[in-house]
Amino acid sequence: MELFVFICAAIMILGGAVGVVTRSHPVHCALSLVATLFGVAVLFVAMEAHFLAAVQTIVYAGAIVVLFLFVIMLLGIDRSESIRIDPIKVQRPLAGIVGVGLIGIIGGAILQSRDAIKARGEGLAVANADNPVHDSNIKQLANDLFSNHVFAFELTSVLLVVAVVGTVTLARRPTKRGASDQSEESPDDSGQKVSE
Amino acid sequence: MTAAIAVPTTTWYLLLAAVLFGIGVVGVLVRRNPLIMFMCIELMLNAVNLSFVALAKALGDIGGQTTVVFVMVVAAAEVVVGLGIIVSILRKRPTATADDLAELKG
Repeated sequence: MELFVFICAAIMILGGAVGVVTRSHPVHCALSLVATLFGVAVLFVAMEAHFLAAVQTIVYAGAIVVLFLFVIMLLGIDRSESIRIDPIKVQRPLAGIVGVGLIGIIGGAILQSRDAIKARGEGLAVANADNPVHDSNIKQLANDLFSNHVFAFELTSVLLVVAVVGTVTLARRPTKRGASDQSEESPDDSGQKVSE
Repeated sequence: MTAAIAVPTTTWYLLLAAVLFGIGVVGVLVRRNPLIMFMCIELMLNAVNLSFVALAKALGDIGGQTTVVFVMVVAAAEVVVGLGIIVSILRKRPTATADDLAELKG
C-alpha cells in the first residue's frame, strides 16, 4: 500500500515537473506545478508530516500558484512561447548534460550514504495504535519550533513584512512626478521610500 | 527482491527528490520566460523539502520538519518579491524574456 502511494505520488510529481519544463503555455506550466506540489503533499502525509502537508497544500498549491496565475493574467503574457527554436545553439544539450550529471552525482552520493542512514535511523516516533501516548506530529513540531528556533521564527515575521512592503513599493504604478526614476530604484531603497 | 522493496525506503524518497531537483535545474537553464524560471525554482525548493522530511523521518529528528517550515516561509517571501520585480519590468516591456533582462534597466 505504501509502495502504491509512493509510486502514484512519484508519477504525479515527475509528470508535473516535466510539464512545467516542457509546456509552452505559462498557464499550463502553473497547473503542472500544482500537480507536483500536491504530489509532494501526498508524500508528506505518507511520511507522517501531517502539518507540513497541510501547509504545503494551503501555501504552495493555494497561495503561490494563485499568485503566479494572477501575475500571468494581470500582465496578459499568457501567450505561448515558441519552445521549438533554441536561441542559443548549445544551450539545451548543455542543460541536459548538467541536469543528468547533477542527478547522477546526487544519486550516487545518496546510494553511497545509504548504509549510514540505515545505521542511525530509528525513525520519528509517531502516534498510532501501538503508541498512543506519544505526541502527535504537530505537537512535536510546535515544541521544536517554539523552543529551539523561536528567534528564527520571529525573524521570519520580519522577513515577511519586509517582503510585502518591498513588493508594494516595487509593483506600484509610478506616480507622475517620479515616473522615470521610480522604476530604476533598487530593492534596497524601497524601505526608505516607504518610510518617507 | 519484491519483499525487500515492499515499503519505500528513505533512499527512494531521496532519489525522487534528486530527480525533481535535476528537472528544476534543467528548467531554469532552458526556459526563457522569467515566470517559468521562477516555477522551476519552486520545483527545486520542493525537492529539498522532500529530502528534508524524508531524512527527518529516517533519523528521528523533528528539526528537519522545522527547517521545512522556514524554507516554505522564505520561498513565499522570495516569490512575492520576485513577482513584484517581474511585474514592474514586464509592465514596461511585455515581451521581455530573460535574455532581454541582462541589463537591469527599465
